[in-house]
Amino acid sequence: MSKRKVKDTHLPIGECITQVHHILRKRFCHQQLPDAPEGVEAQHRHLMELLKRSAVHGESNSVLIVGPRGAGKTMLLRSVLRELAEETEVQKNLLQVHLNGLLQTDDRVALKEITRQLHLENVVGDRVFGSFAENLAFLLDALRKGDRSSSRPVLFVLDEFDLFAHHKNQTLLYNLFDVSQSAQAPVAVVGLTCRLDVLELLEKRVKSRFSHRQIHLLSTLTFPQYSERVRAQLSLPDDFPDAKFAQQWNAAVTTLCEDKSVRDVLQRHFDSSKDFRSLHMLLMLCLSRVSVAKPTITAADFLDASRSCLADAKANMLHGLSILELCLIIAMKHLNDVYEGEPFNLQMVQNEFRKFLQRKTNSMYNFEPPVIMKAFEHLQQLELIQLADGSSAKTQREYRLMRLMLDHVQVMEALQKYPQCPTDVKQWAMSAFA
Amino acid sequence: MAGRLEHPGYDEEKLRIVSEQLPCREVQAGALLSLMGQPQQYCYPSLFIYGHRASGKSHVVNTLMKELELPHATVSCVECISAALLFEQVLLAFFGCDAASLLPRSPSLSDFVRIYRQQASQSPAEQTRYIVLEKAELLRDADANLLPALLRLQELVSIFLYSEIVWDKFRPNTGCFEPLLLHFPDYSKGELQQILSKDRHPSYSAEFYSSYVHILLGVFYAVCRDLRELRHLAALNFSKFCEPVAAGKAKETDAHKLWKNIEPHLKKAMQTVYLREVSSLQWEQMEEHDAGALRGLSAHTHVELPYYSKFLLIAAYLASYNPARTDKRFFVKHHGKIKKTNFLKKNEKTSNHLLGPKPFPLDRLLAIFYSVVDSRVAPTASIFSQRDMSVKFVLITCVNICFPLQIPEFKVAVFLFLCRFVLFTSFAL
Repeated sequence: MSKRKVKDTHLPIGECITQVHHILRKRFCHQQLPDAPEGVEAQHRHLMELLKRSAVHGESNSVLIVGPRGAGKTMLLRSVLRELAEETEVQKNLLQVHLNGLLQTDDRVALKEITRQLHLENVVGDRVFGSFAENLAFLLDALRKGDRSSSRPVLFVLDEFDLFAHHKNQTLLYNLFDVSQSAQAPVAVVGLTCRLDVLELLEKRVKSRFSHRQIHLLSTLTFPQYSERVRAQLSLPDDFPDAKFAQQWNAAVTTLCEDKSVRDVLQRHFDSSKDFRSLHMLLMLCLSRVSVAKPTITAADFLDASRSCLADAKANMLHGLSILELCLIIAMKHLNDVYEGEPFNLQMVQNEFRKFLQRKTNSMYNFEPPVIMKAFEHLQQLELIQLADGSSAKTQREYRLMRLMLDHVQVMEALQKYPQCPTDVKQWAMSAFA
Repeated sequence: MAGRLEHPGYDEEKLRIVSEQLPCREVQAGALLSLMGQPQQYCYPSLFIYGHRASGKSHVVNTLMKELELPHATVSCVECISAALLFEQVLLAFFGCDAASLLPRSPSLSDFVRIYRQQASQSPAEQTRYIVLEKAELLRDADANLLPALLRLQELVSIFLYSEIVWDKFRPNTGCFEPLLLHFPDYSKGELQQILSKDRHPSYSAEFYSSYVHILLGVFYAVCRDLRELRHLAALNFSKFCEPVAAGKAKETDAHKLWKNIEPHLKKAMQTVYLREVSSLQWEQMEEHDAGALRGLSAHTHVELPYYSKFLLIAAYLASYNPARTDKRFFVKHHGKIKKTNFLKKNEKTSNHLLGPKPFPLDRLLAIFYSVVDSRVAPTASIFSQRDMSVKFVLITCVNICFPLQIPEFKVAVFLFLCRFVLFTSFAL
């Protein structure tokens, strides 16, 4: 596929669709870097300057990139690094160490990983170190070239920075910041985190060694920009093998983005979150519906995708409950209404259920208490009800206090959708005395 | 069939076999397949599949993986008591035992990712690799960083999680990479009928079996929609259904007669087999003897107790469900006048039968016991041993067992109906 075809070649439609999937999936699922970061130009420039100074002039620096999940922190850093890597001087000079708070759960593991990423395993050998600082100093020393003045700068990238703050004594952070402050080896520390209060997590001695340089990624996206981004994400690049198909596709995408119903869908998504990931999820669902038989994305696809993105999972689960379980849920709902959210136990629920049955003359739901108990435990397993805090495991199962984890509205909506719901149950749900 | 599976990049013959194996799940299988895309394309990094038990989650995924021969590692989180086992199984499935043996003792996630990267670079994947994790809700009990880390493996592999519990309950404190949610709806009644009718008995006609399934669903559908459970029940009770036909008393088309024959039987099964109070073997044995005493544990209201133990039980019951303040009024002959208006406090008005038994001290139990028994009894060792026996049989439970120097406190552990039963049978009231 890598061979560039001459323009105006016509590929069969199947081939085109495969290509579309290939390109767009790479964009949505593989976090392919965009050619230029959008919306974060200022931050990009800032970080670029900073890292360049470290890489070229050997200055030490520390910086935190703070932003909500999916705001593009990693994307920003990666695109800066990609740009840096194009300069030959940097290429042969800069060393990179990538750590992730999720993977390196304590400082011992982190140090091992640093040693490995700096390719210093054989230098360290079986040496035994007294302290963490000594070990790190040795590692950095080993990186110095012939004379002591010119050593290679090391870039430390700490993903999920807040998790490193939970390590014992924050040894790693302390040492890294300490090195970056003092005139030892040139070190640049870049932390990525989604916690705005991350500085509060740092100990005093660590905090005082940090440069307090923060780059915030707070999205100031407006809706027109958002829909423009959708268009850009969906359109095909110019070097698509079949130029005619690409043109048609891009035109279709442009008209799609102006469609009224699509705009409504996008507006709803925009209001709930503006980040890339939730957008990618939506677009991925749309893309998965594109096939040879239906070679464009339609407004209906968008509606479907958005519906399955925004669907209430609990309501979906309620749909699959048996009648008995549903009746128990309704009884719990009534108990919640009467006692204003106080916890309840199985006996109370059974009592409420029995009251409903007594009002009916021809009841078909005469279940034994153990059968009801089994249904109740199934609900607990599905975590639709949960043990209330104060209830100990010692009390009998019938009397353990529970809480309903559903909303009044959720129950009523689920009831509307429930297949073949008996009328009397529906009426009972409306009012406790029906 | 309406929803035939088709997708470019896969062998059509194989897809046909797959869709034959997945009755009533064509829509879900199709959605899954279109999300996965062609083998060499990227799939969304993580997929969270949720739905009720036995709604075909693992069946669909496993069939797709196996029949289409995609590189995958299926791991059940129940088996993985430690993360190390999980890592080992994944590496074993992808790269063989050489890679799995590279893992150090008690490996961390860091080790796993390192070895995975190393192996993946040695044998670069041409197709997306899939890690399939069953019963993903158990991952929440593992290390806090395991689930978010697995979800971020994206660059390496696609993760499929499935669970009965909705995703909202999984989200860690500071959030994580959100997976794509896919819901598997439950089977409708018609679909259940269709699937259940597939395992028909070879010696009977298909209509006969499907009429049996119809009756079975009529009894159990209101209580249980779990396909597995229903299949189990169907298999157990079919021989009983056939009995009149085999004996020549009824024809296969004689629906009403057959229904009359099986209905009480199924109702009985609901109280025993469905609750797992008897095993299927016991159930079959009971069929053969067909004794009247076909009872599960829940039907065991019958207890034989020594004379004083019965009184002890009743005394314990009274002590558990009545507030201590009322003892004087109930058990002392000349208790003086008590004003009726504020005899019961407001919070005591809700029935204690709803709130459960309250603990009571030993002294109170004995005091009530002496006043309940007609004749005078001496506090002998025999009485105390009978109390201990009741504790042993879990008719009464000891609340504060861990402090031996305290006066022991108890709670009654049986229900009203059992106490009433003891009373009525033993004293012919």
